Parts: sequence; structure tokens; C-alpha cells
Amino acid sequence: MPQAQVEPKVEPQVPVAPGKQPSTGEETSLITGSEAIAVACKLADVDVITAYPIRPYDTVMQYVAKLVSNGELDCEYIVAESEHSQFEIVKHASAVGARVFCGSSGVGWMYAFEALTVTPALRIPMIAMVGNRALDDPGAFGVEHNDALAVRDLGWQLVWVDNAQEALDTALIAYRVAEDRRVFLPCAISCDGAFLTHSQALVKIPSQAKVDAFLPRYNRGDLLLHPDNPITVAPQANEDWLMEIRRQNAAAMERSLTVIREAYADFERIFGRKYGNPFFEEYLTDDADVVLVGMGTLSNPVRVAIRKMREQGMKVGFVRMRWFRPFAAAELAASLGRFKAVGVIDRDFSFGSPYMGGVLATEIRTALYPAAKRPPVVGFICGLGGREVTVPDVNRMTQSVYLAAEGKTQPATQWIGLRE
Amino acid sequence: MATMANDRELAELLRQQPTQHLDAFKGVKKLPLEEFFTSGHRTCQGCESALVMKMMVKAAGPRTIVLGSTGCMYVANTTYYSTSWVVPWMHTQLGSSGSAGLGTAAGLKALMRKGKMKNEPINVIAFCGDGGGADMGLSAISATLTHPDYNLLILMYDNESYANTDIQLSGSTPYGANTTFSTPGKIKRIMHHRWKKNTAGMLAAGHPSCRYVATVCMSYGVDAMNSVRKALSIGGPTFIHSLDPCPKGWDYDPIQSHELGELAVASGVWPLYEVENGVLKLIGKTRAIADGQLKRKPVRDYLLRQGRFAHFTDDDFDYFQSKVDEMWERWLIPGVIPFRKQIEADSAPA
Repeated sequence: MPQAQVEPKVEPQVPVAPGKQPSTGEETSLITGSEAIAVACKLADVDVITAYPIRPYDTVMQYVAKLVSNGELDCEYIVAESEHSQFEIVKHASAVGARVFCGSSGVGWMYAFEALTVTPALRIPMIAMVGNRALDDPGAFGVEHNDALAVRDLGWQLVWVDNAQEALDTALIAYRVAEDRRVFLPCAISCDGAFLTHSQALVKIPSQAKVDAFLPRYNRGDLLLHPDNPITVAPQANEDWLMEIRRQNAAAMERSLTVIREAYADFERIFGRKYGNPFFEEYLTDDADVVLVGMGTLSNPVRVAIRKMREQGMKVGFVRMRWFRPFAAAELAASLGRFKAVGVIDRDFSFGSPYMGGVLATEIRTALYPAAKRPPVVGFICGLGGREVTVPDVNRMTQSVYLAAEGKTQPATQWIGLRE
Repeated sequence: MATMANDRELAELLRQQPTQHLDAFKGVKKLPLEEFFTSGHRTCQGCESALVMKMMVKAAGPRTIVLGSTGCMYVANTTYYSTSWVVPWMHTQLGSSGSAGLGTAAGLKALMRKGKMKNEPINVIAFCGDGGGADMGLSAISATLTHPDYNLLILMYDNESYANTDIQLSGSTPYGANTTFSTPGKIKRIMHHRWKKNTAGMLAAGHPSCRYVATVCMSYGVDAMNSVRKALSIGGPTFIHSLDPCPKGWDYDPIQSHELGELAVASGVWPLYEVENGVLKLIGKTRAIADGQLKRKPVRDYLLRQGRFAHFTDDDFDYFQSKVDEMWERWLIPGVIPFRKQIEADSAPA
């Protein structure tokens, strides 16, 4: 499905297959989002990887299999018999000190839900790729964000990316943040199914030396499960201690905000690629009257639409959320307070939620509530099941946001691009 | 030694990651005194599964990692601040014993191969109850037993019910037993009509590359410990199935645990055997029964000692006996493999 392209951030060069070049120096390669994350696994020298097929995330494991069979990635590569086992296997490998990677999509991710629940509680810094996919039934391969969002209350760090370069870079950053002793929480990198997992772009592959300078070895310290450190992990705590343990997880997630900032600053210093604010990216917001907010690859059509609207004098901007957990609420609220109205585009749903809206809109309203300046928030449900978010869709949403800015009350939640 | 389909992978594994050499204990007086499962647990009086834990880890020794899936041996053994485990121990999910053992072994293997951890043989044991193994975790155990390249043991302690959650029936509960999910009532005397799964036989038959599958019972403790030692030494993934009389779930005086285990074997209900490198060996009384040297005791003697069968009528005992007779008289391999060859059923050619 064609998606409008952003201006490439990299100089076009002749594509080079990864691994064919000497390990020093930065190379540029034409690869998909999934392949970019597989390359990140190689650069991060991951020790144990588990695979189980479900579209669209599984392309990453196809690339991993090739890297392993070609001797470019030295890891235990295990094809599990279900997603539940897939996540349990790497959970236990991480407990004995191995750097791990796995992933899933849609209902596959939900099949692993029990394992996903215990992983953050055990302070396991697992990195997972979620190739965002609609939750069956009815069957649908296309992107929806409900799969990854389902774990938002459990202690998973959640980050959305919108291009292959960012996927590779964010995977490296995710290892650095998750394995920081102040955090020790898993992180899921969300890549929109098809639009990112299967779309090629030119990606700069960083040198091994730079990655080694950025990413220290995983050190589980006194939490290592080993005969030299005979600890009992996850005993029965019950009401005696559970609340204190939960509070420790909450504190780790809070510290993650700081660790993420540090990691992006170091990333910029070592690799020379700037991401600005780690938590959300702003596009043409400096002079904007109203903004749209969204996550993932819908940024592409939104940016195209905004450029066209700006040609007609409409001052519209876009805020693309990267980190959903931890949620940089105060920072986001301060930024959104600058505008006359905010439109939030959810590629997800939360049936029966406040104002029958999407997850992101609900969270942003919550973030804004204590803020000094609270622009009206209009919620949109759009692009479900991989339905294309079109330029006319974006125009329609923007018009409604403008009306809200003028003080004309808008429906709190609108379904866009829907056959009625 | 019989050749195995996976000898190539296993040879490579053992070259990379040799196992510990754990020779058989020569009698109860030769057992080490050191304990690795000690005070601090809250298991019931007469709990045979606790004995399994104690003997299992005594057999394995200090350079061992134990993974325990949810069940009695998790909930009763690891209260925060009073763990009974001297060796490193980690909880795993109810259906995850196979995955926990596999992941731990894979992590150790990767780190040792890549020089990130000192290379030494470390035993990996993942245990589960019958609910965690024969029911929920069967698929993960099956998958793990097909991986020839990781050294680990999965031990299933089978007390024939979900005993920690109030005694509910599992796929390993015997026919007709009274559990809180199959309570006899005014209209229905028998609420549980399923026959106990043949877990060890199924896993041995279904995973030809697995080098060691055994059944044990703590009434024969030294044999059981030597099974554990063999399972950890032989290489690759292995499986042991232990039948554990349970005073609470089976409803009998705790003093009789040991005797009930003996009766389970003597009545033929619980055959003791090991399948080592594809070769089946019957053990102890089971072997004597198969050889015709020992007559099976009536199952009634075994069942009548347990309150969970108190509602049985003569018909029920007879039916139970007939099913056990079938195990010994009609199975392809008595007590182990249930089906029969078609040729035996065919009439002789005219």
C-alpha cells in the first residue's frame, strides 16, 4: 500500500547488503524495518533469540535466521512451539545473564500475555519487537496498536518508531535503557505492520566500534541466577511485601525517564544522529495554531497533508509520540499547552473508555488535566486494521480541530474513514 | 550404546558443554549428608513431593539451577524470606517448566560459548506438578524434549490433582477419584470419567531423540535419586515422572505415604521403568511383575486405603481392575505403550 514518503534523512547511496562490508565504518543499506531490527540484534551481540511465526513481525526472525546461518550473529536461536514459550524461554535466559530478543504481533502477543505479565515484575530487560497488527477476530493482518498497548499497565516500556533507521537506532537505545540497573524493565519496540515491517528505506548501519562504545555488556549483578549467587527468585510474597515490590517497579519506570534522556544524549554524541526530544517529535509546530498527535507510520500521510494545508495558510503541526511508557506527561502537557486545540489520532480503540475514545486520546487528556493551559482535545479513531490514513482524512480531522479551537464544541471521539 | 537419531547434535553439544559426571549412589548409606532443600518450607505432613524436591537436589548437588513452575512445590516451598532452597531457584509459570529449563540452558550455553561466563557444567532442573506438566505445560515440555542441543532435566511430581488450589482434578487424576471438581453426589456417583494420562510413556514414545525418560516413586528413593543423576549426566533434554502419594489430596493418614507408593507399584497401577537411549528397562517390582515372578496385588487394596475412592462400589473397583489388567495383558509394551499391533488382532490365515 503506497504511503507518502518523508524526506529521507540519509544521503542516497548504492544499496549494500548488510554484513558484506568490513566491520569498521558506517555503511548505508536498503532494508526494511524488520531487517533493521535484526541488524541491531547483530550489533548488540544478542545471546538468545526465540522465534514463532505470525505476520507481520516474523520477518525480523527470518532475517535473524539468515544472520545466524551465515555466521554473522552468534546466538542461541530457538524456534519455540508457541508465543508463550517464546517469551518464557528468553525470560529465563535473561535471568542467567544472557542478552535476549524476541517479538510478536497481534493475537500472538496476546497468547504470550502471561509471560509478558511476569517479565517486568521479574525485572528482566527483555527487548521485544511488536509488529503492530489488528487483534483477530475477524482476521486482519494490518496495523492497529491495541496489541502493544495491552501491556501498558504492566511495567513494559513502550516505544513507537516510524522509519527503519529509527527502528535500528531505537533497538540499540532500548537495550541501553532496559539493561541499565536503575531500570531493569523490558521494552517493546512497536513497528507498524506492513508500513514499517515490510517497507524498505535507506538505513545507515553504525559501526561495531561505535555500538560497543554506546552499549555496555548486560550485567545482571546480584540478581544473576547462578550457583555462585544462589538466590531464590520470585518467592511467594503475598500481602506482606507485594505492595513494596510494586512500588519498586513504579520507581524503576520513573527513573527510566532520566535514563532514556541520558541514552539519547549519548546516542547523539557517539553516532552523530539527532533525535531531539526523545519522548515525542514535533513537526512544524513552532508557529502552529493547532496540532495533531499520533504514533507510528501515520506520521507519513499526516506530514504530507500538513505541508499541503500550510500551502493554503493553515498553521497546522504534528506531534509524533515515541515513548508511550514511560509517558512524559508534564513535558507533553507543557508542549501541547502552546496550541489552541489538539487532535489525537488513535490507531487503536478502547471500547467503553471515557468518551468512548482511543487509548492515546484518553492518556493525553489525563496528562493535560493538571496543566496550566488546557487546549480542547478532539479524539479520532482512524486507520484500524491497516486501513490507509489518507490526506483527505487528515484534512477532515484538522477542520474539526480548527472548529474546536474556535470554541465550537466537537464530538469527543470521531471515527474517520469509516463506511457508514 | 544404541545409536540415536540425534547423535550428531548431541556429540557436538557434549563437546561444547559436557555434563557433570554423577555416578549412581550405591545404597542409602552412601548418600551425601549435605542438604540443598532445607528448612523453611510449609509442605503438609507426609508430603511425598517435598521428599522428591529434597532427594532430587541432593542427587544433583550444589552446581545446579532449579526452576519451579507454579504448584504445591512453589507455593509451599518459597515463602519470601524463608526459602528452603540452598541452590539458585527461580519461579516459572504453570505451563512453563519446559521453556524455563530450555531458556536457562540456552542462556548458559550462549554465555559460556561466547566467553561471557566461566565454562563449567551446571545442572538445570525444571520441575512441574501434574497440572503444570501433564495438562498446561505439555506442549512446552514436548518442544523442549525435541531440542537435542541443551542439557536439562524436567521432573514432574505427580500428586494426581491440583493439590495446592484445593484438590481439583487434572489430566493425571485417576478414574473416578473424588476431587473438589468431581465430587460424588446424589445422582452421579462418578464425576470423573477420564483415564489418567500415560505421560512418561507418551513422552518417551513421542520424542525418539530424547535420551532418558523414567518413572520413579519416592518409596524407592535411592532408585529415584539415581534416575535423577543419570538424567543429568546423559546429555540433552530428559524427563522424569514421579508418582507422589498426597495425604491431603488422596485422603489418608500421612503415616501411610511410603506404603501407598509401594502399593501403587505392587498393584501394577504405577510401573517403574526407564527408557535410556531408546532401550526400555523395567525396574524392581515392576520388572518382577512383568517377568511373572510377582503377582500383582489387587488394585482394591491400593484404592481402599484412599478416601478419594470411598464412594466406589464393587462395580467401580472391578472396572478399575479391568483397566489395570488391560495395561498388563493387552498393551503392546505392558504398562508403557498402550496400543496393539493390528497383526495380533488379525485372524490366522486360512
